[in-house]
Amino acid sequence: MEENKKIKNQLTKKDIFQTFIFSNFQQASFNYERIHALAFCVDMIPTIKRVYKKKEDQIAALKRHNTFFNVTPAFCGPVIGLTSALEQAKSQGEDIDVSTINSLKVGLMGPLCGVGDPVMWGTLRPILAALGATLALQGSWLGPLIFFLVFNIIRLGIKWYGLKLGLSEGMSLVQELSGNFLKKLTEGATVLGLFIMGVLVNKWTTIKVPLVVSKTTFNGKTTITTIQNILDQLCPGLLSLGLTLLMMYLLKKRVSPILLIFILFGVGILGYAFGILK
Amino acid sequence: MSTFQIILVFLWSSIVGCGSVLDEWQTHRPLIACSVMGLILGDPIKGVVLGGTLELIALGWMNVGAAQSPDSALASTISTILVIVGHQSITKGIAIALPVAAAGQVLTVLARTFTVVFQHASDKEVEKANFGAIEWLHFSALIVQAFRVSIPTTLVAVFVSPVMVQNALNSLPEVVTGGLAVAGGFIVTVGYAMILNMMYVKYLMPFFYLGFVLSGYLKLSLLAFGAVGLILALIYVQLDPQFSKDKIQSSSVATTSEADLSEDELDD
Repeated sequence: MEENKKIKNQLTKKDIFQTFIFSNFQQASFNYERIHALAFCVDMIPTIKRVYKKKEDQIAALKRHNTFFNVTPAFCGPVIGLTSALEQAKSQGEDIDVSTINSLKVGLMGPLCGVGDPVMWGTLRPILAALGATLALQGSWLGPLIFFLVFNIIRLGIKWYGLKLGLSEGMSLVQELSGNFLKKLTEGATVLGLFIMGVLVNKWTTIKVPLVVSKTTFNGKTTITTIQNILDQLCPGLLSLGLTLLMMYLLKKRVSPILLIFILFGVGILGYAFGILK
Repeated sequence: MSTFQIILVFLWSSIVGCGSVLDEWQTHRPLIACSVMGLILGDPIKGVVLGGTLELIALGWMNVGAAQSPDSALASTISTILVIVGHQSITKGIAIALPVAAAGQVLTVLARTFTVVFQHASDKEVEKANFGAIEWLHFSALIVQAFRVSIPTTLVAVFVSPVMVQNALNSLPEVVTGGLAVAGGFIVTVGYAMILNMMYVKYLMPFFYLGFVLSGYLKLSLLAFGAVGLILALIYVQLDPQFSKDKIQSSSVATTSEADLSEDELDD
């Protein structure tokens, strides 16, 4: 570990900033063969240009980074920073294997996707989008503005500090990632995300079943009991929960989401036609 | 629609197309795509309301790994044009958006398969350490994604007349439009299910049910529920035994692996 502290950062501020700008186009050349391979190669260009002067070294470095890569875009910073630190160390004569660089990159993909996907797509975006949409439904421009600004400020922060963290920490970052911090972050985000999803399932799903079960006249008052009344007495929103759980099950069975959407449309039309749903 | 508006529609839908592949600035989300499109078409309020409505439906549409979700980009741009220029209701906007999202999904898959060409071209430039060409190949692949959304959107903007849209939609029977409105109330469960499947951790699922039950009985705003959720998350992480007993756990793992080993030896 001490050896790595000796490695000098050769990148200029401009190089780091350029890498950061490039990292904001992580999916520009997204392709089904190697996903972000070309993007990662481009992310490394400022580093490669700075530290390798011989053409064959440049080619070798470009080649090893034009390979399969895929991490939640907002969380690619630490890998780019770390890989840049490793390349710098290698160019300064450190004995770093090509396979070490590759296996660290691949090794980081798993944990970073593991944190990135639930934090960005499972927690941050749905919660901010839900908040923005509530405002937007009333015709307020604050909705899209809040969503856009808050999401992007957080996203850019994660990207910039992730990159800096990867660069400055170098090898010791690997310890950090295997430690408790990311685990805690993922678990905390999952608790928050699941809780909010529970709230949303109930709040924003409307299923009304006005089907009449019984009609009793007592003391001149007619009480109409519908299926909806019974279900609401058990627990409000029970049908929404049941439908959500059913959808989860079907998605796990690899039924395509768009097919499910069309099936639900069919259910809606049939239910409406027969007066079961309203 | 004026020529100037059509140019703006083309430019904005190109940005939306780039956004849908980059997934960075979120310009492809209905909340932003529809709102700006509404502004261009001269009805910002209707755009925002449609954006909010579609956003709730599309809440769980996300690309995890290499898997594709329904396409919110094309759905947003085209439905906004038809709702505002074709004078349609928000509900009918949803009915338009969903088939378009399915078509957009197919186009996305095609575009992301086509970009393999750029990837292969880059291999040749890497051999020559031609930095400029590598960068150019990377960024120019975005054009494919921009056109994927902007060409169909602009075609709709230019060729589809409001009267055509109106006639087509008015010819739908009442059962269909009413049914679509009903289905609009619960179609969102597919999106919820997608998020939930991604976040599914069995021992944390009680928090999902807690949120569900609380929102059934408490009339709190979403922000208040968010605060409650955040507090729950902080408390849970602090109390979670797996973060305080790491050393004990690792030593117990070591002993079990030894036990496994001795068992294997016995089998031999």
